[in-house]
Amino acid sequence: MADPIHLEYEVAADDYQAAGAASNSVKETLKMLGLPTAISRRAAIITYEAEMNLVIHGGGGKIVANIDEESVELMTIDEGPGIPDVEKAVQEGFTTAGDRAREMGFGAGMGLPNIKRNADVFEIFTEVGTGTTLRTVINLP
Amino acid sequence: MTLGDIASVLETKTLCCEERLASVEIDGAFASDLMSDVLAFCAPGAFLITGLTNIQIVRTAQMLDIPAVLFVRGKCPLEDTIALARGAGIPLVLSSHNMFHTCGLLYAMGVKPTQANSAPV
Ligand SMILES: Nc1ncnc2c1ncn2[C@@H]1O[C@H](COP(=O)(O)OP(=O)(O)OP(=O)(O)O)[C@@H](O)[C@H]1O
Ligand SMILES: [Mg+2]
Repeated sequence: MADPIHLEYEVAADDYQAAGAASNSVKETLKMLGLPTAISRRAAIITYEAEMNLVIHGGGGKIVANIDEESVELMTIDEGPGIPDVEKAVQEGFTTAGDRAREMGFGAGMGLPNIKRNADVFEIFTEVGTGTTLRTVINLP
Repeated sequence: MTLGDIASVLETKTLCCEERLASVEIDGAFASDLMSDVLAFCAPGAFLITGLTNIQIVRTAQMLDIPAVLFVRGKCPLEDTIALARGAGIPLVLSSHNMFHTCGLLYAMGVKPTQANSAPV
C-alpha cells in the first residue's frame, strides 16, 4: 500500500434504513486492500457500532477512515448532544437508547465496550451541547 | 453439514440465494435478537438465528461475514431486507418454529454453540 487512504462518509440521524452502508464501504475498502480478515473484522465492528451511535444518539455526523501501512484509524464526528458521563457510557449495559433503536436490535449498551475491545487506541472527546468525536486506531501487524 | 441439510430438517422456506444452500458449510450457530451481542460474541463462521427481521440484521451479517441468517417463528422480512441480502450473497431462510424449538432441533442435529469474545482487549 503506497499512499495513505482517506475515506469520509456522511451519516444521517435516525435513518435506520441506510445505517450501515458507510461501514460496509469501509469494510469493502479494507478487504480490497488485502488486510488480514481479523483486522477487517475488528474494523467492521468498530465502524458499524460507531455508525449506529451516530444514527441513534449523535444526531448524525461523519465517519472518517485513514489507512496507511501502520494502522487503520477510524473516527466518528458529530455535533449532537454529547455524552455527560463518558466513564458510565463505556460500561457494558449503560444505554439511553429509545424504543426505536431497541426494536432494531440495538440499545443494549454494548456498543462502546465492543468498540473499545476491538481497538488498540480508544479515545472519546465530548462536550454536552457541542458534540462527540470518537477516535480509534487498529495497529497493523 | 451444509445449510441445505439444515434447511431440509427444519423444513425452512428459502428467501434468497437458494443456489448457495448446498455450498454453505455450517458448524456453529449463534442465536440472539440483540445485534450488539451478535457483534460482540458471534464467532467467525457461525450462522445467525434471530427473531428480528429488519434490515440491520442483514447489515450485521454483512459486517461479520456471517454465512447465512435463519429467521424464526415464520416472521418474514420485508423486501428491502431480502434485497440487501441477495445483493450481499447471504442466504436467508425462514423457520416456522419458534426460537427455542428451532435451536433445539439444530442442537439435536449437531450444530455447535459458538462464542467468541471477538478480538484482544
Ligand atoms: N455519538 C454519541 N452522542 C451522544 N451520546 C452517545 C453517543 N454515542 C454513545 N452515546 C451514549 O452512550 C451510551 C452507550 O453507548 P453504547 O454504544 O455503548 O450503547 P447503546 O448505543 O446505547 O446500545 P448498543 O450499542 O448496544 O446498541 C448511549 O446509550 C448514549 O447515551
Ligand atoms: Mg451503540
